[in-house]
Amino acid sequence: MKAYIDGVGLLAPGFASWRAARPALAGEARYEPGEMPRPTAEILPPAERRRCGDLVKLALHVGTEALAPGGARAEDLATVFTCATGNGEVLHQICETLASATRDVSPTRFHNSVHNAAAGYWSIATGARAPSTSLCAHQGSFAAGLVEAAVQARAENRAVLLVAYDLPPPAPLAAVVPCALPCGLAMLLAPEEGAASLAAIELDLASAGPETTLADPALERLRTGNAAARGLPILAALASGRAAHATLEWLPDLWLGVSAAPHGPR
Amino acid sequence: MSPLIVTRYTGVNCLGRGVDAWWAGLRARRSGLAACDFEDAVLDTFIGRVAGVEEVVLPGALAAFDCRNNRLAWLGLAQDGFSAAVLAARERYGPRRIAVIMGTSTSGVLSTERAYQHRDPGTGALPAGFRFAETQSTSSLAVFVRSALGLAGPAHVVSTACSSSAKVFASAARMIDAGFADAAVVGGADSLCLTTLYGFRSLELLSDAPCRPYDAERNGISIGEGVGFALLERAGAGAVLAGVGESCDAYHMSTPHPEGLGARLAMERALAAAGLAPAAVGYVNLHGTATRTNDVAEGRAVRDVFGPRTPASATKGAHGHLLGAAGITEAIVALAALERGFLPGTANTRALDVETACRVLIEGEPAAPRYVLSNSFGFGGNNCSVIFGRA
Repeated sequence: MKAYIDGVGLLAPGFASWRAARPALAGEARYEPGEMPRPTAEILPPAERRRCGDLVKLALHVGTEALAPGGARAEDLATVFTCATGNGEVLHQICETLASATRDVSPTRFHNSVHNAAAGYWSIATGARAPSTSLCAHQGSFAAGLVEAAVQARAENRAVLLVAYDLPPPAPLAAVVPCALPCGLAMLLAPEEGAASLAAIELDLASAGPETTLADPALERLRTGNAAARGLPILAALASGRAAHATLEWLPDLWLGVSAAPHGPR
Repeated sequence: MSPLIVTRYTGVNCLGRGVDAWWAGLRARRSGLAACDFEDAVLDTFIGRVAGVEEVVLPGALAAFDCRNNRLAWLGLAQDGFSAAVLAARERYGPRRIAVIMGTSTSGVLSTERAYQHRDPGTGALPAGFRFAETQSTSSLAVFVRSALGLAGPAHVVSTACSSSAKVFASAARMIDAGFADAAVVGGADSLCLTTLYGFRSLELLSDAPCRPYDAERNGISIGEGVGFALLERAGAGAVLAGVGESCDAYHMSTPHPEGLGARLAMERALAAAGLAPAAVGYVNLHGTATRTNDVAEGRAVRDVFGPRTPASATKGAHGHLLGAAGITEAIVALAALERGFLPGTANTRALDVETACRVLIEGEPAAPRYVLSNSFGFGGNNCSVIFGRA
């Protein structure tokens, strides 16, 4: 099934934006990882920005970036948020509190603990009352989110914003959670080609593994170190401007094939 | 989208194992809620605990998934011939052509809570036996159910708090419509844990009595646990999944829109998806949490959409608030009402709040609705309404 990518948002170590990441993803410049720039999430009112935590800021930051090129109005968009690890920081704080004598859970932390917290803050920030879902498929969360967003764009004939995001949790969770690096990756998906379309993509479940890897070892560490970064092979095709097929692992025995046909550099 | 048939459904909660057991409780307006005796929680509240979860032993090949939530799921798969129905569907469609879409809010967090109680005193490390992916991960339930049923198709978990396992119907319908699957196992499970018990206490939303939806004296929720499953196919015998409506409040993280704006949008969108006029719906299973804010706002929204006469009831007084499993559980209550010709009443509720804008049945009554609707609303202002119809 087909969809169009009308916008991209990206924040990761060494990548301050999709635009900034394109030369390295195209193989035209060296990838210098470094730290991930802090997400600003300016879309949030100050009071919510103080309460929401870094994971939500990351999601809202890349989601906002993906809307910019075509000027899509956030309030009109259906959204799909997908996250493999959940909010490790909040989980850690709540479990520490529950292991203490008082068990005095903070109400703000409790409502921030829901998997759809980012979606809730997005809706409050943008005024969007369109359908919104929040998914998890462990390390295949990006693939599951991409399919959900694409089938929704098709079923409802509307643009859908996909936001994939994950942050490494604090210790002691860090030792048991497969998330080593931070990354947020957003795509605005449309059912029809438009003036802002960057690429057409075709999705299939017929592909067999193994999944597509990235040639640069540091980029490959990012791809395997964060479930949202599993979408990078698609962005590499967009950045290079050349048609390419990427295989993404959804589950250990199921792969999503993504054929990307970029419209060339814009 | 072409309509889907609900060819089998089942579940487990504090009313019992299997839909006949729940239905006996719902017909009798019985409450399965009891004073909180979960683990070492010290809370002046009532809960809907499922008896016997502690004794469930998962088979060896699934042992890595062992946690309270997946044990509940395992109990659910064994009821009402559900596993056998899925295995028959697997023969018809092939294992890669059946999707598994599950809803949960807290997954296996109880395992993480316990791990934090047994950290290494020197290093702070979690105990060696703790398995994140198979228990705590929000995706665990879908991977577990897929493995337990020997399926190999697409799978994910929807986690939008208390609307999670209502939205699975929309997600599955879209996936089948796009050709990624021929059938889907949908459902959800949420299990008792300290996170939700103490979390809802922090928000001062726990009732000190068995919850009384829409009652003048309601004072909060009673948390339950449970699981429900449904098998969706393009053809077969059963009720029709007529339409699903999804919306957001865009208002507050943990308080519903006071006029029920998002709730109204979800119901209107479900009607539009089903191509129905409001008058076609003969029963509404309310979200009805028994918090002061939910019930007033939802009642207004239901009246705004359906008028003041359409019969509605809230069944959380019977089975508790199942959070991530509330959507599937109450979808099944609505399906059973449709197929068994009886609208359940509102257990524990004695006198309706005078502010109630819609018609809430305190006592159940026989009826033969053509279509029924179930509401589920969650934190983050996430709403979903599901409509089923007679074939």
